[in-house]
Amino acid sequence: MAEFWVNMGPQHPMTHGLWNLRIKVDGETIVDAEPIIGYLHRGVEKISEVREFQKVIVLTDRLCYVSSITWSHAYCLAVEELMGIEIPERGKYLRVISLEIQRIASHLMWLAAFGADIGLLTMLLYALRERELFLDLIEIMAGLRLNSNYTRVGGVRNDVPADFEKSCQRVIAHFLKKLDEYEDMMENSKTFLMRTQGIGKLSKEDAINWGVTGPNLRGSGADVDLRRTIPYEVYDQIDWEPAIEKDCDCYARSIVRMREMRESCKIVLDALKKMPPGPYRMKPPRRAEGEAFRATEDSRGEALFYVAADGDDRPYRVKIRSPIFCTLAAVPQMMRGHKVADVVSIMGSIDICVGEIDK
Amino acid sequence: MGVEEQALAKLRERFPKLLLESGSVRPGVGRVKIDRKDLVEICFYLKEELGYEHLSCISAVDWRDRYECVYHFTRYSDGSMFQVNAIIPHDDPHIESLCKFWRSATYPERESYDLMGIVFDHQPDLRRILLPPDYRFFPLRKDFPQEVDRQYISRRKLKTGGV
Repeated sequence: MAEFWVNMGPQHPMTHGLWNLRIKVDGETIVDAEPIIGYLHRGVEKISEVREFQKVIVLTDRLCYVSSITWSHAYCLAVEELMGIEIPERGKYLRVISLEIQRIASHLMWLAAFGADIGLLTMLLYALRERELFLDLIEIMAGLRLNSNYTRVGGVRNDVPADFEKSCQRVIAHFLKKLDEYEDMMENSKTFLMRTQGIGKLSKEDAINWGVTGPNLRGSGADVDLRRTIPYEVYDQIDWEPAIEKDCDCYARSIVRMREMRESCKIVLDALKKMPPGPYRMKPPRRAEGEAFRATEDSRGEALFYVAADGDDRPYRVKIRSPIFCTLAAVPQMMRGHKVADVVSIMGSIDICVGEIDK
Repeated sequence: MGVEEQALAKLRERFPKLLLESGSVRPGVGRVKIDRKDLVEICFYLKEELGYEHLSCISAVDWRDRYECVYHFTRYSDGSMFQVNAIIPHDDPHIESLCKFWRSATYPERESYDLMGIVFDHQPDLRRILLPPDYRFFPLRKDFPQEVDRQYISRRKLKTGGV
């Protein structure tokens, strides 16, 4: 049969945003694929060059609406490295707590979208219901649900209220029970297993060479979690284990995310217990000079900010390394030889967020 | 001696003349500055001999008198990172592509070409990626005009009259 190109997107339920996946098909089999991105390019890197260091946080929050705190935090770490300041201990713990709550909220958003993609519509409703609880926690911390503007250069914006630990414990105790239910739902659903097991294989060596990071890399059996390999904030003082699966397919990637949510719950509770009293924020210097970079573990992979400054109160250049931007390059490799129906589960399992791809 | 010092010592021994600057940024992170013509040789050595298997990021910076391509590499076994600044003359923005060694270089190189106009030689697929194919400018260059809103100008700059 003749080969021809099919556009999946820019408007397609699989895309989770606005981008286009062109696939070359031979009948039902995928021969080649080509992501076409840039529909959402807002020029964040260019706009950052005319704003002061602190004001860029508003932009980095909007890189990804599902996981805004992790992005602002990566930017703040890089700027703090540039200015050479060390933030107070309580600020570090508050950052870890907010990061992990955000990670759970982000993974739940993924679970909802992935469930709807592969035919478990119940998962969409359940996961969004539980996500609301974690957004409420973020609201208690930061005052806002989505683009929270919580992390600041020099610490965090405000302290948490006195009863925050109790709220966290209640939410997490409730959520862990629900998580068991979700895992049962996934493992006992024949549709789910058939559409994910053995689909979208990506070996460990390929994943590293293609620059795939985060849960997708850990789903390929690599023991890499930047929270452990390059510890930042206080992750080295907290007791937790990275989630690693060896199957390299969509199922392994989804199990990694499910296990990561459990680990995140553990981290939140442990950090709340160990959090010392004291100041949570310090006054950063206004100007900076030089260059600095920091890599952090975003909910989707390695987020790296490279910030250069020329002695002004604004950054000279901000470079954003988006994990999913690099993962997209490996998508044709994962798709070759599969059927058109598998596109949906492969793209669902790598957790697309278009805001951070297009910057 | 930290891991980055060991790597730097090996690099200094192997390429005594090529490193324009070399030093440690923070524990676990080394940094060298090189000319663009030595990029492939040094990056190949970093990958094959020193084990920096992951190419994290390629950032292009316009310093007005020169361009710089900044490469970040990660070694997963001990979490150490390495930064390579390659200097590119301003009137001839060409540099060799790293796609031969890291397939992950493809997209970041296309992005640097798209936004900064750095041409990567021997890159198999050098097209615009974020901007439309018929776009004629390179927006991240410093000579690309950008509207500076008054509210973004600091008080000091307003007083002195600068932008």
